[in-house]
Amino acid sequence: MNTGINWFRYSSPQAFYPLAGAMAPWFFWAAAVFALIGLYIGFFVAPTDFQQGEAYRIIFIHVPAAWMSMFIYVVMAFWAGVGLAVNTRLSAMMASALAPTGTLMTFIALWSGALWGKPTWGTWWVWDARLTSELILLFLYFGFMALQAAIDDPRRADRAGAVLALVGVVNVPIIYFSVQWWHTLHQGASVSLTKSPSMAASMFAGMLVMALALWLYSIAASLVRVRAIMLERERNADWVKEPGSAPR
Amino acid sequence: MRGERRLFGGLGFSLSAGTLLEVRGPNGSGKTSLLRVVCGLLRPAAGKITWKGRPIAELADEFCAEIAYVGHLDALKPELDALENLRLAARVAGLGTAPGDSVAALRVFGLAGFERLACKALSQGQRRRVALARLKLAARRALWVLDEPYASLDAAGTALVRATLEEHLLAGGIALLSTHHEVESAAPSAQRVELGP
Amino acid sequence: MRGSLAGAAGAVLERDLLLALRNRSDAASLLIFFAIAVSLFPLGVGPDPALLRSMGPGVVWVAALLASMLALSRLFAADYADGTLEQLALAPHPLGILVGAKIAAHWLVSGLPLVLIAPVLGLQLDLGGEALLMLAASLALGTPALSLLGAVGAALTLGLRASAMLVPLIVLPLCVPVLIFGAGAVEATASGIGAKAHLALLAALLLPSLVLAPWAAAFAIRIALE
Repeated sequence: MNTGINWFRYSSPQAFYPLAGAMAPWFFWAAAVFALIGLYIGFFVAPTDFQQGEAYRIIFIHVPAAWMSMFIYVVMAFWAGVGLAVNTRLSAMMASALAPTGTLMTFIALWSGALWGKPTWGTWWVWDARLTSELILLFLYFGFMALQAAIDDPRRADRAGAVLALVGVVNVPIIYFSVQWWHTLHQGASVSLTKSPSMAASMFAGMLVMALALWLYSIAASLVRVRAIMLERERNADWVKEPGSAPR
Repeated sequence: MRGERRLFGGLGFSLSAGTLLEVRGPNGSGKTSLLRVVCGLLRPAAGKITWKGRPIAELADEFCAEIAYVGHLDALKPELDALENLRLAARVAGLGTAPGDSVAALRVFGLAGFERLACKALSQGQRRRVALARLKLAARRALWVLDEPYASLDAAGTALVRATLEEHLLAGGIALLSTHHEVESAAPSAQRVELGP
Repeated sequence: MRGSLAGAAGAVLERDLLLALRNRSDAASLLIFFAIAVSLFPLGVGPDPALLRSMGPGVVWVAALLASMLALSRLFAADYADGTLEQLALAPHPLGILVGAKIAAHWLVSGLPLVLIAPVLGLQLDLGGEALLMLAASLALGTPALSLLGAVGAALTLGLRASAMLVPLIVLPLCVPVLIFGAGAVEATASGIGAKAHLALLAALLLPSLVLAPWAAAFAIRIALE
């Protein structure tokens, strides 16, 4: 069974702490590199859209951020579920660490949507299906974080948050579907950020690269955050208290 | 663990038919938590409880059918009267009581004539008696877990509880109770566990 | 010695209904809140009948949603505080079923009255006969779903301070589909399109909730009781 690294060793906070600390800078740098590439493609390589002009370029931030916001919610629910099922503290801490980054992605998606809407349609907010779903996703993130913040006992906070995240993740497709339904029923108009210009290959490539950049950033930020959570939760453990023995 | 504080560790005991275990200790020493762990309401950070050889987590409802728990809280609805409270609680707990049983139980606990009074009109001691009257209906439950049963009771009430306990133990039941009162043990052969800071 | 599951669930139902009967003012207050909330909208947007008619379904539905959120504070909190809830957890019956009985009692006291007086409030907003019937029907399918989803939120926040603010925050996003299909059903009826699809979707939301929500709530209750 010796397949190399024994992954289970890293499921204890004490072992994962130094690993996370070592990995985080690499992810930050990789994220920065990909972001530069993605922005270059988005702002210089991709052609100008003849309908929307230069303003459409915000799509290179808006769409990847939206993708990430949903992806992170699913990953968060996954780790929360693992923590619930197998009773590992680290999985639950990871879920808590992901939430603020997911919220950030949702904010970026909403703001970039607003910045797109203003020059294109003259309004700061448009009730289009994606933006509305993002708004509800924002509330779901807030609910998760508020619930965890309101519970003092860390074990109860982890488990209650996990139940909420799992209920949420099951509901997200239902909410998305119902918002789409609502939008098509109420709107004959073509005011829709979802109806983006037909994709040139370079545009799609640009969005993928930006999505990758955001993904790498999210991993880096979450690793840093989970280290902070570990220190706080395990502050009475020996490996935290002994100054000499604390791993880097 | 309570929050981040470890309450007790390295505790082990086993109880057989007719034994009484008293858990003593100052406030905050974890008596209630220990009782709740035994009932299955609280999962211990480490260790396990077994009943007749099988872990209670596995037994679930089966184990619940063998215990009667009277906790700190009375579990009484103030707007309902004593009789309604007792009858409905018995049905929920599956105690299988016949119509006259609840009235008889209240009578034994000195509440004859008070059955139809809304519980909010009763004194704290009287409400505690109603809560404990449930034990009279739970004679067939093998394990009784009582958290501070003597709290709020006067001397007569305390004597009633001890008599009920003795009856239960003689019939082969097991009882586990916590107390910080200096009450004489209900049975001379009672085991004791002291929890401390 | 176990007793029957039906007996236990029946006792839970009976107890909660009896309590509601002895505390009639609670249910009445909820209905009055519902009526006030609906009346606030014309005061806020002006009395133009055409505007009110087009807003009517949404307004009544949102008010029903908010009233449901308010009512949730009476679902588990009292039982948690006086020890009845832990006795339920210790009963030799599946907690999910007993929780289902509590939710059923809760809906009968806090949801059904909303269904019954909603058409009267709809009249205030100039909705027509068929639309009023659809309002009642959509709420009849929707309010149980709201109670079920809300029960999970109420169970997660037991004993927390500020739970009255926390419950709407965590439950309302989950209720958005019910709102969309419910209000949509009434609008579709008012504009003559027909609401069969909406009602079918509402039922599609209700049925899984009936099965899953009581268990999720029971699980959350056990977490809170630890």
